[in-house]
Amino acid sequence: MIERTPNQKAWWLVTPVLALVAFNAIIPLMTVVNYSVQETFGNNQFFWSGVIWYEDVLNSPRFHEALLRQLMFTAQILLIEVPLGVIVALAMPRKGFWVSVCLVLMALPLLIPWNVVGAMWNIFALPDIGLLGRAVNALGVDYNFTQQPGSAWVTVVVMDVWHWTSLVVLLAYAGLRSIPDAFYQAARIDGASGWQIFRYIQLPKMKRVLTIAVLLRFMDSFMIYTEPFVLTGGGPGNTTTFLSIDLVKIALGQFDLGRAAAMSLIYFLIILLMSWIFYTLMMRSEGQK
Amino acid sequence: MTIELDGVSMRRDGVDFLRGVSLRVEPGGFNILLGPTLSGKTTLLRMMAGLEKPDSGRVLDDGKDVTGTPVQQRGVAMVYQQFINYPSMSVFENIASPLKVAGMSRGEIDRRVKDVSDLLKLGPMLKRKPAELSGGQQQRTALARALVKGAGLVLLDEPLANLDYKLREELRNELPRLFADTGSTVVYATAEPAEALLLGGHTAALHEGGITQYGPTHEVYRTPVDLVTAATFSDPPINVANVTKRGGEFVMDDTVTWRVGAVHQRIADGEYRLGFRAHHLNLGAGGEHAISLEGAVTIAEISGSETFVHLDLGRHQWICQAHGVHRLDVGQMVTVSVNPERFMLFKPDGGRIE
Amino acid sequence: MAEIRLDKIRHSYEDRPAAEADFALKMVDLTWKDGGAYALLGPSGCGKSTLLNIISGLLSPTEGDVRFDGRSVTDLAPDQRNIAQVFQFPVVYDTMTVYQNLAFPLRNRGMDRSRIDELVRETAQRLDLTGVLDRRAAGLTADNKQKISLARGLVRSDVNVIMFDEPLTVIDPHLKWQLRSQLKKLHQRYNFTMIYVTHDQTEALTFADQIVVMHEGEVVQVGTSEELFERPEHTFVGHFIGSPGMNLFPCTVGDDGVRVDGMPIALDAPPAPGQVNGTSQLGVRPEFIRFDTGGLAVELTDVADIGRYRIVDAILGRHPFKIFCPEGVEIPSDNAKVRFDPRHANVYVDGWRVEARSR
Repeated sequence: MIERTPNQKAWWLVTPVLALVAFNAIIPLMTVVNYSVQETFGNNQFFWSGVIWYEDVLNSPRFHEALLRQLMFTAQILLIEVPLGVIVALAMPRKGFWVSVCLVLMALPLLIPWNVVGAMWNIFALPDIGLLGRAVNALGVDYNFTQQPGSAWVTVVVMDVWHWTSLVVLLAYAGLRSIPDAFYQAARIDGASGWQIFRYIQLPKMKRVLTIAVLLRFMDSFMIYTEPFVLTGGGPGNTTTFLSIDLVKIALGQFDLGRAAAMSLIYFLIILLMSWIFYTLMMRSEGQK
Repeated sequence: MTIELDGVSMRRDGVDFLRGVSLRVEPGGFNILLGPTLSGKTTLLRMMAGLEKPDSGRVLDDGKDVTGTPVQQRGVAMVYQQFINYPSMSVFENIASPLKVAGMSRGEIDRRVKDVSDLLKLGPMLKRKPAELSGGQQQRTALARALVKGAGLVLLDEPLANLDYKLREELRNELPRLFADTGSTVVYATAEPAEALLLGGHTAALHEGGITQYGPTHEVYRTPVDLVTAATFSDPPINVANVTKRGGEFVMDDTVTWRVGAVHQRIADGEYRLGFRAHHLNLGAGGEHAISLEGAVTIAEISGSETFVHLDLGRHQWICQAHGVHRLDVGQMVTVSVNPERFMLFKPDGGRIE
Repeated sequence: MAEIRLDKIRHSYEDRPAAEADFALKMVDLTWKDGGAYALLGPSGCGKSTLLNIISGLLSPTEGDVRFDGRSVTDLAPDQRNIAQVFQFPVVYDTMTVYQNLAFPLRNRGMDRSRIDELVRETAQRLDLTGVLDRRAAGLTADNKQKISLARGLVRSDVNVIMFDEPLTVIDPHLKWQLRSQLKKLHQRYNFTMIYVTHDQTEALTFADQIVVMHEGEVVQVGTSEELFERPEHTFVGHFIGSPGMNLFPCTVGDDGVRVDGMPIALDAPPAPGQVNGTSQLGVRPEFIRFDTGGLAVELTDVADIGRYRIVDAILGRHPFKIFCPEGVEIPSDNAKVRFDPRHANVYVDGWRVEARSR
């Protein structure tokens, strides 16, 4: 039972946070909106340009490609990380000494700073000096992520899986731990197979935490920047240039502020819309019970 | 402390949790909220504690409106059905916690904790952690914490429901005594009629978010104001039937008749409902004033000293709580009897006729 | 359904149990008849759940053998034992409909569709679940969910035994009456072997034909509700069954009969002094004490009115005890005297009842 205390004083306590949010979210956001509807030629002179930047971004093949790449990437890592995370969680011990060992091991990748993850994998996967790169080439696979688009793509995906599957594992494990023993006992008595136990007991009971896991992984992967930037810098060519990397290129590389502002708002709306769709879809099936 | 609810209502997600409840609980006494799951007991307790704010209505504390006052400022202690203690603290620290918060001196804390732990037989357990205690001892610790606080209002939400039967019996005996000397107003929620009777004090019967009757426990039990209250306060379930009054006679099932007693002489002819408790239905034909009926046994449950005979009498399903052991076969026809003086008479809408 | 034989079962949760205290079940040796309704009754920690898990196969006993109809099942997994179990909290498959829940154990055993349909509908009928067959199980009330758990067991015609682990814990008092009597009706009609585990004496006594009372890992008495009530073999049974429990008085047993504080107590069959070798107590239930002007003088200290009857607190000599006083019986205001029913007062030595040797 959650205790709710009606106490108006609480509002005063959140005031600093509200001020902070206004300062670092609302004000920058409004600046971006401002940029996105204006044209500037330097000298701090701005001219009203309406929705031109938006039309421009939405019609640009470059944006379409980056968006497609982004969708492909997110879809792939969700399809890998969620099932893999569930499988690992199922395989983890439920009691005893090894529980804490497993939990610590699982938490490790999550504790590493993102740029370090990128740098680590960069060195790890280098075809000439990296352990992974050397090993894969030694097995007869032609692998060079700095040159070949395919290799680069796979490396980014594998890196993300390595980095983030643990999060899904930990969430799924928490969900599994909350299932009372009686359910397993009843299933054994009913003669249910391992698959059926998973399908009819574990999966339904994990649903709530998996919803959260999918949502978090969706948003995070859709906004991925640091790791691929450090690993490949978006290359070779544009093969690992995701939306965020492209955005930074436009804004800081080309200093095309209006276009970048419009793109970032479109980007933001896409994430908002898709998160909302995910959430309502998953919650609706929850509500049907 | 006198706690009073003045027309409090609460509605959440289209469901009425409380509908205009007014109640002035007996100050310094043992008050029971009796009703089944979802009748509003817990919501009412939370309202009194200040954990929940009513949509409308007021909560008065010694006549002072405390409707919006948060629980921290209310001098309230609460014990739940789940055994809630601080897991990392010893029993002593658990019991002492409200006193520490109040800034009491060490010596005074030691003395009070010792007194309370002796009273609740926790003396030898003071150094243990809650996880090392049995369910009964854990709940005693929670009760000790509520008791030591000396709160003006102590709220107990089915505190014995998760305990073993025998432990329940033991604590039920102790509880009214424990709180009798403190002067605290105690409000105790339960779903079990027998528990209400054992605890005594005053009882408020609840039904679907409303209080149907409030009064001394035995008065509510013996003279319920309506059929709903009578049903809430009956375990085994109350036996009911439809009857018709025709002149000087009551007629049940077209065939069974009895003379209208002195108290009901004046009521108009027509349809009524009657109810009576299972232990007033006797096996075998009764004396000259009793009404005898025949019914088929659907099941007989023997508890060792008593037999609960479930009967099918065509239009009604009744339970007879008979003294002694009676081995009856399913389907066997038996004669049962009841003295009409035991009947409680209700209007068709459920209101009691005195 | 099957006869169940528990052959010298002992169980310890320790890897290498050495002392007697290491055993959660010290020694259980019982035979349960095919089609009987049995209850395992005792407080938490008495070993009743351990025993239940040993019968269902969720635990393997440290020593001893479990046999169904003479066939040892000790090494069989729960699903190979053909048992059904209803747990304390309702266990239903949330995502399935009620129909699918009932069909689940049959589908797992490879039964064909039409036969499944027939059995599911028949079982639903028996338990009044027909109306909710197409509903999702998750949305139902606690009592209906418990019925589904039960139905998943009943639907299998080959079930050896149905076990209940405190199944009415989460059910409201009024519905408890309904469910309990429905269970009993089912039992009488179809003669399943049923084992009901509970700490609640009313549930155990009213449900079972034979009740096994357990205390600290041991069976202290097996008997009908009547036997447990009228002749508790152990003071623990006297205390645990009955509400309030049996009164106990320290007593002496001599050639001139049984005495409490020197006052003679009339018994139908008093034990001989030679039989008494240890601490002796006289046990008599509050229900078997009556006010009688020719009896022992007692002091009355308190009266609790519980509606249908009153419980009178009294003192005999130095010993507090309780008297059960039905509606309509008058409680004397002073000079109260009581008589113990000589047929239902028992002498206990070191906790165990002593029967008079036939002379």
